[in-house]
Amino acid sequence: METIKLVYPVDGGDLIEAGEASSKMKLTLKRLGLPPDVIRRASICMYEGEINMVIHADGGEAQVEVGMDEITIRMTDTGPGIPDVDQAMKEGFSTAGPTARELGFGAGMGLPNMKRYADELAIETEVGRGTVVTMKLKIPS
Amino acid sequence: MSKHAVVLEYKRCRGCTTCIKTCPTEAIRVRSGKAFILDDRCIDCGKCIRVCPHKAIKSVGDSLARLQEFDCCVALPEPALYGQFQNLDDINLVLNALLRIGFHRVYEVSRAAELLSDYNRQECLNAKDAAVPQISSSCPTVLRLIRMRYPRLIDHLTNAVMPMELAAILARREAAQATSLPPERIGVFAIVPCSAKATAARSPEVLKEPVLDGAFAIRDIYLRLLSPMRELCEEGVQLEPLISSGLTGVGWGVCGGETAARPGQQCVVVDGVENVIRMLGEIEDGRIPEAGFIELNACTQGCVGGCFTVENPYAARMRLGALMNRLPVSRNCFLFQGPDRNLAKFQRKITYTPAFLLDADRGAAMEKQLQIQDLENHLPGLHCGSCGAPSCHAFAEDVVMGRASVEDCIFRVRARMQHMAGPGEADEYLPAPFRRQQPPAAKGSEPSA
Ligand SMILES: Nc1ncnc2c1ncn2[C@@H]1O[C@H](COP(=O)(O)OP(=O)(O)O)[C@@H](O)[C@H]1O
Ligand code: SF4
Ligand code: SF4
Ligand SMILES: [Mg+2]
Repeated sequence: METIKLVYPVDGGDLIEAGEASSKMKLTLKRLGLPPDVIRRASICMYEGEINMVIHADGGEAQVEVGMDEITIRMTDTGPGIPDVDQAMKEGFSTAGPTARELGFGAGMGLPNMKRYADELAIETEVGRGTVVTMKLKIPS
Repeated sequence: MSKHAVVLEYKRCRGCTTCIKTCPTEAIRVRSGKAFILDDRCIDCGKCIRVCPHKAIKSVGDSLARLQEFDCCVALPEPALYGQFQNLDDINLVLNALLRIGFHRVYEVSRAAELLSDYNRQECLNAKDAAVPQISSSCPTVLRLIRMRYPRLIDHLTNAVMPMELAAILARREAAQATSLPPERIGVFAIVPCSAKATAARSPEVLKEPVLDGAFAIRDIYLRLLSPMRELCEEGVQLEPLISSGLTGVGWGVCGGETAARPGQQCVVVDGVENVIRMLGEIEDGRIPEAGFIELNACTQGCVGGCFTVENPYAARMRLGALMNRLPVSRNCFLFQGPDRNLAKFQRKITYTPAFLLDADRGAAMEKQLQIQDLENHLPGLHCGSCGAPSCHAFAEDVVMGRASVEDCIFRVRARMQHMAGPGEADEYLPAPFRRQQPPAAKGSEPSA
């Protein structure tokens, strides 16, 4: 069967609206009747990715593909890129600025959480060009 | 008959489509000039009742004639009732007046709320293994939302019936003891602020059987109470001291009231159905980790904002506050003991009834989703409501689910008319908002970018 493709633009700088894409995706996944646990994990992954695109990369696009046994979430931006991915993956590491911190972001737990809740996480990034974060979640039948 | 208390009066409905966009669960459609409600999606929030300009959507409380069916009738006033009256300084006046309009006894819902406050406080100390955050189970609209959309949150609900339900159980028992009548000869009626509670009275979410014999709307009872209340004042008689709750119980009539009885817990209080929906989504993803308890009220300011109330919610809140200042903290501390405590518990678990599922078979659901997206891509995205659905997406879903025909879209209608009329300016077949050409009169002041 064809996979379902969902596309959500994510606006940069809009921390208040961040999270909209993940709630929309969640509603669609519920309509499909996917297991609640997978929906929750997908939603958390997508939310963290969205926040990162807003605070670190001035926005981007989230693409979601839903197949019979797998969800793929791909977050693409043309932001500054990540110079040291291993360092970025460490719990607590953050380069978030003061504004984001005032709003309660920048705990340095986003990427670690994405790794924890997705079954696979891949980061392609190039400094000055952008970042693509791809997450895969298996759907148990 | 639908189990919902929200109903449509067909003669009044003009099919204007005002209601379809305000429904938070997209449960209303208009077909052939009349609105109808998709029953399995309605959460009884009362939004449509408030917005219909032709007063065609109503909620049916019971008729007071039902009091004739019983030998002894007990009134169960919700605390929101007390906030409806100007210059009221003694709740006893309301309670005494209830005895003059056909009720034989009163049992305040705030009394049961007070017992539940006590109960919840002790339970949350004992239940260390309960799912955190706990979510209040006192607003039936919230229960319905969770049942339809948030399966993971079912276990977070506090295991406690609604105050009105506990009040009904205790009131019937008390009246049977006092009158020696068999329980079925006693009529127990709640006086409720909203359609959701009217529906819950006949079709409970967590009880095996209904415990109420009916529910009256606050606004209906309010009108009948005015003269007996005036008469009682004029007669200058000593009021019977019927009040049996303190400010803890009465406080449940406004948002924050339930929370006030949970000292030492980090609580979030939410009002308004859109805010509730947003909050449920966030709790589901664990985004408010520090919260211990979440109180959710579908109506603005809590039950004083219910669609059956008379006064605006803010004024009612102020009045209830003034009344509460005259009350002791509680009249029911430590009274709820022994086996009675089991009466407060859910009698059955809420089961997930996904009203939005496209198909029970996942493959079929995915197939439908693909068809919906495909069709949506061919719709204009105007969300104009001309098709009778709240948005182009909802319309595409209706078509794929067999609830509507694709030919109902206004742009399909245009194409058909154009076909019949021959070549001409397409604009002529469209209502003004959708025309491409601007008439000269509408030019002049361009909207600033
Ligand atoms: N899309 C991105 N573009 C650029 N840098 C990013 C992006 N996502 C994450 N980073 C970098 O990785 C760091 C760690 O990310 P994360 O674990 O989500 O923590 P936080 O967002 O709280 O800083 C960020 O502080 C940032 O330097
Ligand atoms: S608001 Fe809805 S119910 Fe009221 S007249 Fe318009 S279409 Fe009918
Ligand atoms: S907040 Fe109160 S009045 Fe409003 S729907 Fe819920 S129970 Fe009814
Ligand atoms: Mg982050």
